[in-house]
Amino acid sequence: MSSTLNTAAVILLAAILTNNILLSRFMGMCSFLAVSRTMRTSWGMGLAVTFVTVCTALLNYAIYHGVLVKGAPLCPVDLTHLTYLVFIMVIAGFVQLVEMAFERFSPALHQALGIYLPLITVNCAILGVNVLMIDPDRSFGLLETAAYGLGSGLGYLLATCVMAGLRQRLEHADVPKALQGLGIAVIVTGLMAMAFLGFAGVVEL
Amino acid sequence: MTTVPLGPRGGLLKPVADGITCGNPVLCHALGICSALAVTGFVSTTLVMGAALLFVATASSFLVSLLRNATPFRVRLIAQMVVISVLVILVHLLLQAYWFDMSEALGPYVALIITNCLVLGRCEAFAMRQGPIRSALDGLGSAMGYALVLLAIAVVREPLGSGTLLGVAIMPAGYLPARLIGGPPGAFLAMGLVIWIVRTIWPQQEPAVHPEAR
Repeated sequence: MSSTLNTAAVILLAAILTNNILLSRFMGMCSFLAVSRTMRTSWGMGLAVTFVTVCTALLNYAIYHGVLVKGAPLCPVDLTHLTYLVFIMVIAGFVQLVEMAFERFSPALHQALGIYLPLITVNCAILGVNVLMIDPDRSFGLLETAAYGLGSGLGYLLATCVMAGLRQRLEHADVPKALQGLGIAVIVTGLMAMAFLGFAGVVEL
Repeated sequence: MTTVPLGPRGGLLKPVADGITCGNPVLCHALGICSALAVTGFVSTTLVMGAALLFVATASSFLVSLLRNATPFRVRLIAQMVVISVLVILVHLLLQAYWFDMSEALGPYVALIITNCLVLGRCEAFAMRQGPIRSALDGLGSAMGYALVLLAIAVVREPLGSGTLLGVAIMPAGYLPARLIGGPPGAFLAMGLVIWIVRTIWPQQEPAVHPEAR
């Protein structure tokens, strides 16, 4: 048990620092560029992504191993060719459900995360984590999957918040006209990715 | 979505031309950036990714447009997602069956065409309102604009990052491949440079509104 916990801890750290979903795999770039304009939106989007990633990763883990793979307990036929379709439907459905639940039971949370939730369905970070976790080379267990989802979400949160801080500084910088907005944001992200390379070798996924 | 208003009388080729130039999805709208950065380390993966996206964008725009009158408004996004995911699964299975090495090289990024905002964006912004042929051409144009930008980045990144072009060594012997260019930071930097160059040549690509940043 303790070795599983150890692996899970390593996966968590690696997903945040060395294998950052955004800086090393470029997933979730579209929303990253859009929300990292201010700290408030980055925080909201980051939390929403973390929450949805963990939950859908666990849900999809259960569905994948319970129904889709060959010889699964609920349906022995090999249905893995439907994986992507099922995953994206689970994500879309889950996001819709969570939105309704928040609206009904927790208006405060809905205020904070509500506007980001609909955008999350098409956030490639979520589908990316779901697709990567079923990679047969890794053979993640339940705990590892949860750690990977949590780490990826937190990594996204970290990257957006750092970026928001940098972009607030950039407001006062004298950027060439053609580079303003999208151009400088992408280049700054590149520098950030370079800085994160410094973590390489600390933990390996 | 598009910077140029599309009148109903515009020629059939107009959507194609718009997608490549002033409505270029990657450079103007920052759509589809994640795969644009991920696959451009090598020209071969870029070409396959471009072809896959070309197929998915064109076919999904066509199908979504065909179904647009039968799709209830409230579930239109889910319906579009189903169409797109089925097409992506098709591409994925074909690649796995006939070109396994390429499928492995592209990794999860084929699956991520599903969430490529370019495809969904064109379906939502264009195909839900226009006829099937025009929509298919619009998808084609956007995907071509996307593929061209990717190719421009890949042609620079592959020689510098690995010393090859389409797998053939072209750099002088003794050239040490710059791993930084082949890795993630180089992808971001190359992308930023392409945006800089294009927006210097065609300044109208500048987004008109900026104060929202505050």
